[in-house]
Amino acid sequence: MDPEARKVIEMGYGGAERLTMNMGPQHPSAHGVFRAILTLQGETVVGMDAVIGYLHRCHEKLGETLTYTQYPSIASKTDYVAAMSSELAYVRAAELLGKIEVPKRAQYLRVLVGELQRIASHCVWLGTWCMDMGGALGGGATVFLYCIREREMVLDLFEALVGARLLYGFHQVGGTRYDLPAGWVQTCRETVDFIDRRITEWEEMLEDNDFFLARARGVGVISRELAQEIGISGPLIRASGVNYDIRRAEPYSSYEDFDFKVPVETAGDCYARYRVRMVEFRESSKIVRQVLDGLPEGPISSRPGVKSVGQVRIPKGEAYARVEGPRGEVGCYLVADGSAKPYRMKWRGASFSNLAVLPHIIPGHKVADVVAIMGSVDPVFGEVDR
Amino acid sequence: MGEALSGFIAGFIVLNAVVGIVTYVTLLERKFAARMQSRIGPYRVGPHGLLQPIADALKLMMKEDIVPRLADRVVYNLAPVVFLIPCMLIFATIPFAPGLGVADLNIGILFFLAVSAMEIVGLFMAGWGSNNKYALLSAMRAVNQIISYDLPFIFTALVPVLLAGSLRLSDIATAQAGLWFVFYPVIGQLAFAAFIITTLAAENRVPFDILEAESELVAGFRVEYSGMKFALIQLGEYAHMVGTSFLGALLFLGAWAGPGPAWLGPVWFLLKAMGVFLLVTWVRWSFVRIRVDQILAISWKLLLPLSLLLLMATALVVVLRSGPGV
Repeated sequence: MDPEARKVIEMGYGGAERLTMNMGPQHPSAHGVFRAILTLQGETVVGMDAVIGYLHRCHEKLGETLTYTQYPSIASKTDYVAAMSSELAYVRAAELLGKIEVPKRAQYLRVLVGELQRIASHCVWLGTWCMDMGGALGGGATVFLYCIREREMVLDLFEALVGARLLYGFHQVGGTRYDLPAGWVQTCRETVDFIDRRITEWEEMLEDNDFFLARARGVGVISRELAQEIGISGPLIRASGVNYDIRRAEPYSSYEDFDFKVPVETAGDCYARYRVRMVEFRESSKIVRQVLDGLPEGPISSRPGVKSVGQVRIPKGEAYARVEGPRGEVGCYLVADGSAKPYRMKWRGASFSNLAVLPHIIPGHKVADVVAIMGSVDPVFGEVDR
Repeated sequence: MGEALSGFIAGFIVLNAVVGIVTYVTLLERKFAARMQSRIGPYRVGPHGLLQPIADALKLMMKEDIVPRLADRVVYNLAPVVFLIPCMLIFATIPFAPGLGVADLNIGILFFLAVSAMEIVGLFMAGWGSNNKYALLSAMRAVNQIISYDLPFIFTALVPVLLAGSLRLSDIATAQAGLWFVFYPVIGQLAFAAFIITTLAAENRVPFDILEAESELVAGFRVEYSGMKFALIQLGEYAHMVGTSFLGALLFLGAWAGPGPAWLGPVWFLLKAMGVFLLVTWVRWSFVRIRVDQILAISWKLLLPLSLLLLMATALVVVLRSGPGV
């Protein structure tokens, strides 16, 4: 925060001249439906009220009315930009409860789609963030279209694998529902190599651009203390200097088999978050290559194929499973009562917790920074409101 | 009487030609941007989308004209016209070929600069009259930005004036018969670069498009406009852009000079202006927008002193070149 802005807030002069401006729920940079009530002092934001809930679809109640076989394909609708990770959180919770083994091949396949999903999701993030800063009628739109073009290739891979492009239903309790089709591995390798080269291009386009740096550096600083207090996760907390990645801290689905780096930046600003995600792009493709190299043979599920929706019964108990989604910790808490449906279900959305940091960091910035910071947090409102 | 009539006819022709060029410049920009973004761009209306601008204009004419209930009706309704008139007037002094223009004033460039600075009045009226917070913020930004960038814009535009020794635009064009001012050692290139930057700001293009800033202010000062009023504002913006491109081509690129017979002059001029326009468009579609405080800092701390220095250096060069006592 620049000292001038700090003075505006602390002195509070001008009192009655403040302007209350409503950003959203329908706004070009709302990333969905998000309402920010901004209090402005000239161009400087002195207060922000975040209003969420416009996309509430009773997901947790829905989880109680659908069986363990049905819900995974609905779970993908919480975070529709990274559907694979929310599916995985749900089936992992069910597997923990039922103590269900997952075959090695299925675990590897889960890692594979999870990392591809991370690449696709970060593509959306980079594109929309640049569009927030650069405008739909400017360089931002150019970056956006480049990113969406590359995301399309990952979606093509998913389409060949699952048949769906956005909401997959790939995971099921005990394993995965689909195995790799013929020729998929080769296409996947080529795609990942291609996207790696493209990432270098994007970096050249953005990091050699002083205007981009001016917009990203020193803007929206989240201190290490604030980050831990709010409970943000994923690239945000790693950009604030906390080396925390669930894939490393609490490996699931055989993540301990793979060699990858967890990027950590200390600045905590938009640029640090950008750098963390750019490194994650490359680390994800590294993991994808390792999975493809070491993919074991064997069954893809420890349970028989789905014949009826009430087929999976989970014994009484409760469990919390978490996975590292592209936006951070995606958690699913399940209470089972022995039937084919959970008794209670609760989501821990990464975007929801990350969004809570906004009112703490936005005051003191200019209106233009609000959209840059919001874009760098990368919220998906399907996951915030559920 | 005869002179007034011929002036009227010339004005009528130029006005319509400008509207035609401006309409098709939108298509040019869209096609160019589409190529940059690995898209195709407008393609469906007519061969290669050639009828797209006409379809757009027809669509805007048929749109409902909405006036916000609490808007200041007089100001709101007048603003598009007040905005459009200066944007059209700037073409009055541009000579499209030797002797081919509406009015070749002996202070042509001053007229151009003065009139183009007047568009801010219409802009602010639109922002104020809409009774919309986004529009108001945008209008405030507009005043800030245009006032800060008009000074360096004028200083850089005065560099060719000094080199040519005349304020008349046709004189500046003929003075470049030997050497286009953009090729004038050091000074020419610096002035041209500064001219392009200030042009970007004066035309409210990315990276200086904080008035429109659709990701922050939705559409800025024209957020409440619809139908023909919106079309008039768009027309004004693009007319201003085309006018400034012509000015750039005239001040730095030798205007109508080019190979071939003399009647090809206007064609060369148009091509050069479109070259300047595409240069600006190129920057627009590859940069991100910068913040209002950064924009002001660039103008007052960097561009203004540098353009002033450049102007003084040019004056020095001109004096030295012509020798003492002249």
